[in-house]
Amino acid sequence: MEGNIGELGQYIGVGLTAIGMGGAAIGVGNVAGNFLSGALRNPSAAAGQTATLFIGMAFAEALGIFSFLVALLLMFAV
Amino acid sequence: MATEMEEATGLTFHPMDQFIVKPLFGGGEVHWYTPTNVTLWMAVVALAIIALLVMGTRGRAIVPNRAQSVAELSYGMVHKMIEDIAGKDGLKYFPYIMTLFMFITVSNFAGLLPKAFTVTSHIAVTGVLALAVFVSVTAIGFIKNGAHFLDLFWVRSAPLAIRPVLAVIEVISYFVRPVSHSIRLAGNMIAGHAVIKVFAGFAAIAAVAPVSILAVVGMYAFEILVAFIQAYVFTILTCVYLKDALHPSH
Repeated sequence: MEGNIGELGQYIGVGLTAIGMGGAAIGVGNVAGNFLSGALRNPSAAAGQTATLFIGMAFAEALGIFSFLVALLLMFAV
Repeated sequence: MATEMEEATGLTFHPMDQFIVKPLFGGGEVHWYTPTNVTLWMAVVALAIIALLVMGTRGRAIVPNRAQSVAELSYGMVHKMIEDIAGKDGLKYFPYIMTLFMFITVSNFAGLLPKAFTVTSHIAVTGVLALAVFVSVTAIGFIKNGAHFLDLFWVRSAPLAIRPVLAVIEVISYFVRPVSHSIRLAGNMIAGHAVIKVFAGFAAIAAVAPVSILAVVGMYAFEILVAFIQAYVFTILTCVYLKDALHPSH
């Protein structure tokens, strides 16, 4: 057992950022699932809402990407 | 950790090595005028777009060939996107949005070629694209609507008591836009390409090599989808921001 305690904390922090990606996964799945359940109820209205679907997915996904960015910063910039 | 793996498996690359900016000729420092792999691939992307949109549509055939169909489809898609989201008065800004869409799509796809450099994986590149959108959209908003543009932050449909709170939230979300706009594209590109490289690294271990090669093929197919979707999302968000600038009332 030897090494730098700061480096240890860095790697633990990088691992913890993966929780943020799980949150983004839940968010994107929620968007897609609700879109699908709405689309199956009224298929004729679904085609016009795909743009909204992608916008919603992009917003949900952005926060997961932020956690990935934090991981990258911890690994390579700190 | 990396050195251990290198010894055990002969893995000589790091998943993030593909994003290093290198000078094309010789070594040395990178100045602003140095031709690097970034400038090379930006030039390739620009030439590919010219080849597709100018040379491809040169025939002006009634029954289009493949290049002309792709050019017409992408033109029509962006045109319809702006019309649907930003409205008819947004069509004035069509050339700019079409340029953004073509640059991002073609550079995402070019980055998927083996040994290629993904231009859009650098936040420096996407940040400039997103900042340009942010600055020009804000300028359009103030020029078109004057002080009424600030209605975007002062939500008149909400009760008066919570309007200041909403105003703070709206201002923050407005200024986070260029950050999330740029990092979404760059982050997706970095993540996808790094995952492909990580799976490629596992191929050096004989026992898991078939699985890892299948995983690389699967991820590659997924990345082709992501390359298009991220360009689409970037363009559609530009349209949404443009709509906010042209019609700021909620």
